[in-house]
Formats: sequence, structure tokens, C-alpha cells
Amino acid sequence: MSAPLLEVENLTVEYAVGDRPVVAVRDVSFAIGEGEVFGLAGESGCGKSTIAMAVLRLLKEPARVTSGSIRFAGEDVLGMGEAALRRYRWRRAAMVFQSAMNSLNPVLTIGEQLGDVFTTHEGATRREARTRSAELLELVGIDASRLRSYPHQLSGGMRQRVVIAMASALRPALLVMDEPTTALDVVVQQEIMAQIQRLQRERGFSVLFITHDMSLMVELSDRIAVMYAGRVVELGAAGRVFDQPEHPYTKSLMSAFPPLHGPRVELVGLADRVRAAGGMSDGCGFHLVCPSDRSDCSTSIPDLREFESGHWVARSGSTGAVRAATTTPVPATNGAGQ
Amino acid sequence: MRFVLRRLGFYAIAFWVSITLNFMLPRLMPGDPVSRMLTQSGARLEPDQVEQLRRLFGLDERPVVEQYLSYVASIFRGEMGVSISRFPTPVSEVISSQIGWTMLLGLTALVVAAVIGTVLGALAAWRRGGFLDSALPPVLVFVGSFPYFWLAMGALYLFGVTLGWFPLRHAFDVGVVPEWSAPFAANVATHLVLPALTIVLVSVGGWMLGMRNAMIATASEDYITMAEAKGLRRGRIMVRYAARNALLPSVTSFGMSLGFIVGGALLTEVVFAYPGVGYQLLASVQALDFPLMQGIFLTITAAVLIANFLVDLVYVRLDPRVRVS
Repeated sequence: MSAPLLEVENLTVEYAVGDRPVVAVRDVSFAIGEGEVFGLAGESGCGKSTIAMAVLRLLKEPARVTSGSIRFAGEDVLGMGEAALRRYRWRRAAMVFQSAMNSLNPVLTIGEQLGDVFTTHEGATRREARTRSAELLELVGIDASRLRSYPHQLSGGMRQRVVIAMASALRPALLVMDEPTTALDVVVQQEIMAQIQRLQRERGFSVLFITHDMSLMVELSDRIAVMYAGRVVELGAAGRVFDQPEHPYTKSLMSAFPPLHGPRVELVGLADRVRAAGGMSDGCGFHLVCPSDRSDCSTSIPDLREFESGHWVARSGSTGAVRAATTTPVPATNGAGQ
Repeated sequence: MRFVLRRLGFYAIAFWVSITLNFMLPRLMPGDPVSRMLTQSGARLEPDQVEQLRRLFGLDERPVVEQYLSYVASIFRGEMGVSISRFPTPVSEVISSQIGWTMLLGLTALVVAAVIGTVLGALAAWRRGGFLDSALPPVLVFVGSFPYFWLAMGALYLFGVTLGWFPLRHAFDVGVVPEWSAPFAANVATHLVLPALTIVLVSVGGWMLGMRNAMIATASEDYITMAEAKGLRRGRIMVRYAARNALLPSVTSFGMSLGFIVGGALLTEVVFAYPGVGYQLLASVQALDFPLMQGIFLTITAAVLIANFLVDLVYVRLDPRVRVS
């Protein structure tokens, strides 16, 4: 049984604004196995993109990792030197950014931007780089003649496919995708997701998939984690979390999306009464809607506890055999909770 | 290509408008140069001599349309009339004897200031908050806000009079015959140092700040983060991704400045007694030398238009987005 590919342990990220730092991510732990698609869900501002940036060590001032560790195949990412970091980026872990429109340089051709991945990391000549870039474009269904195009000459969907091609260029073991389809319409979204799924199946890389679209996420992911106010509040197998969410926040998030099939249901907004009232709170805004047999979470969000095998929930109180989380929640395939 | 042709058409129209304005302005103003010339020289001229002078300056009694047509025709033949203050030297000769020095001085100062300022700005923005970024801009802005003539005279006094490193006036030593040779070029270069240096000193801060700000805006673009995530070298990201894009506004202002070089650097020319168009323009205004004024204005206009056209051409190379409309 191999160790997980990516291990994030007790990660805390702060944004130092003024003299009171804002904690964007607090004490988050998860692990992604090889070939696993791991989904990270949550509303805007809950810290999911910050985690993505931290995994590739792209956080800039004023953001700071204040504690915790990130290990990639056993190697400490946060401790890498500049040269090691450049080798780690893109060759081993690549990323597709939120804004497809803006992640390509407007004054360089697609070919130049695809090619410099090969010339930088593999010492390829310009000609080799061009040939391989052409192959990459064909892989995502774009004609090789587009290498000479500039980003503004492509549609949004094409641009995002170019970025995906770019991300898979060096066959990285991990692909971080931060809301890869946000700015696209539904039809194009579907095409892009199908493309990603096909690539993932062919090449077997792991994916850290970030979105707030729960139905999309459940369709794609093996396991998912739900984030709320910088903390993971629920983590488990995708189908299980989707069908029977345990945490009240997960429940709200699920019911905030209209289902594509089935009968019409009334949609419910996220009932975070504490924050909606304008109060900043370290506690869980959902303690008001929690069943009364659980203890009070109005002052802090509790740590994850294993609710049942492979299913972790951040709540106190006792329903079922709850066990304190002493280890990193590891992939179900690796036999967590044995 | 269609883009270039369209720009060319635009500049042709702009040029036509400026010729027309140039034709109209003196005719709308009160007073006429011939009568002024008469009083100035104190010479007694026969009425038919006055009439000849009038015709020479294009101030005859022909209908305005006819005057206009012959004016435009003479412009295209390169004839801009005869200077009044330096009668009977043709205007084109007066301008061409000085425009070379003006362009030498202006171009040297502009290129040096723009290149140094842009490189400093890019480096400062890239190492934001570093020594270059925190120390240099205030110093340069401080220097740049001195009254120019004060700075120029200070430099002249220090390096010219006290230290004697550089000559005090003119574009080359009196008595030296202009020729294409190394000693003459060296002579011209030593005369160029102080005037060019003072211009560079006051203008380099602007170039640096402009580039620095554009670069900082560019550095927060997503494609810079993407380039970083791609594991590219820092130097390559700075040059190919950040500076390349941040350069575009600087190219525009470079083109604008390029056109205005021809107008001359008046104060520099006065302080360093440097032969140039700026000084000539001042003199022609004082002497009410309309043909010379018109000639200089027209030259400046043409230079600005040509420089802008060149920038357009360069822009097409630098920014693919302007190629499609």
C-alpha cells in the first residue's frame, strides 16, 4: 500500500492585513491518493483557492502559511529551494486556474506559451517544442494551426482547453483545478469536463478539483471535502456525502443547487445566521440549525471526527461512534479507519 | 496591412488639416510682415518694390482659394517662403541648418532617458520594496522638479566653469570645420554631454515611474501567476511575460516625445548656446517672422505625425490585439 501522493496536514494560512491577520485556512488536513480525484467544495471566500495556491506554493504577500505542512510524494513542498520548486511546479504538479481568460499572456502566441514548458523543463529545442505543442493541441481537439494564434483569437472554451493541454504537457502526477469552468457556459462546461475526465482516465493522474458546483463535483470526484470559513467541516466518499450529508452546512450547500433531474424542490439559501447578521465569528454559523443533541459550536468550529469509516465530520456531541481525529484523513482506498 | 493603410489615411488627413491651419492663422492675425519690415529697416522702398515683396510672401491680392492652392503646391515642393528676419535666406534653409543639431541633442537625451528609466522601472517593480524601488524614485522626482534652467546652469558652472571638463557653449569648437571624421565627432560629443545629461536628469524619473507602475499592474495579472506555476525562470517571467506587456504604454510616450524633439529644447539651447530649432522659433516669434514660424510649426507637425505613424507600426509588431479591430 503506497503512501498518498499529496498530504496536507494542519495547514493554516493567514493574510496579514493591518495588525489583525485574517485566517483564510485554519488547520486543514487531507490527503490525495495516486489516481484519485479529490473534490474541495465550499462557498466563495471559504479558503479553497488559497489551498490550491498553497499546494503549488504560489501564495504571495500578504498571504503566509503560518503552520502545517504540505508533502508531495513524501517531499516537503514548503521547504523546497528555488531550483527544486521550479522542478516541482508543472513537471510534478500543474494547475488550471480559475480564469481561463486571463491565464494566457495576450501578447504571446499559443505556441510560444505551450512551447516554453518544454524548453524550460526538458531542454527541448524550439522545433521539438513546436512539434510537441502541436500534438498537445490535437489532444484537446484544437487544430495545430492554432499554435500561431494569439489568445484573443480563441473562444473562451478553446482558451481553457489550451490551458488544460498546457497543464498536462509534462504528464504531472497531480493536477490542481481551481474552478476550471467558472466563466464558461453550460454546454462548453460539459465538453471541458468530459475532456478532463477522458484525460484523467487515460493518464491516471490525481486531481484536486475545486468548485462550488456540488453536482459537478460529485459526478467527478472519488472523495470530497466541504469547507466552511477556512475549515473542513465534512470529508468522505463523494456519493455518501452527497446522499446523506452529516454537517448542517453540507446539507445547506447541497440544497442550494437545483438538481438537474427529478422533481422540483424548494431551494434553500445558506442559512448562516451569525455571519448574515454582519457578525464576524470564530464559531460555526450553523450551530443554530444543528440538532440539539450536539454540543454548542458557537465559539469555535470543532475538529474533524471520524463519524464512520472514511467519513469525517466537524461536529461535537455524540451520535454514533465518534472518534477524535488524531491522524490525517487518508484516502478511503488506502483503508482509512481500519 | 489594412490597419497600416487606414492609419496612413488618417495621418494624411491630419497633415492636410495642419497645412490648412498653418495657411489661415497668419492671415487671420492683424498686421502684416511687409509693413513691419518697412518700419524695421527704415529703408525707403518704391511702391512697386513693396508690391514685389508682398507677392514674395504670398500676401498679394489674389483670391484666397488661389493663394491657398499655390501655398499647398509650394509646400509639396519643399518651398516655405523666405525668412523675414534673415532676409533673403529661404525658410527651408534656415530650418535645415539647425534641425540636425536639434535632432542629435533631442534623440540622444530621449533614448538615454527612456532606456535607463525603463530598465530601472522594470527592475524596481520586480523587486518591489527593494533598494532600487524605495530609494531611486524619490531622488529622481526630486531632481526632476528642479527648475530646468537652474539645474542646467548649475551643471554648466560646476562641470564647465569650475572643473573645466566640458566646453561651455555651441555644438562644436569655433574654428573647427564640420566634416565626417573621428576628431570632429569627438568634439561634437563633448559638446553634447552637458546639454543631454541635464535633459536626461530631469526626464528619467518620469520614464522610471511610468514603467514601474505599468509593471506592478502587470505583475498582478493571472498570466504572471500562471507563468510562475509553469516553473519558468524568474528572469524569463520578468522579461517575456511582465516587462514585455508593461512596455506598451512606454512605447506610446516614446513616440510622442520623438515627435516633439523637432520642436527643440528651448531652455537647453538658450543655456548652452546650442544651435537649434527651439531657439530659432523664439527668435522668429520675437521678430514676427511669419514664414519662419510657419515653417517651423509645419516641420514640428510633420515630425509628430511621422513619429506617431512609426509608433503605430511598432505597436502592430508588439501588441497583436491592435491588428484586429
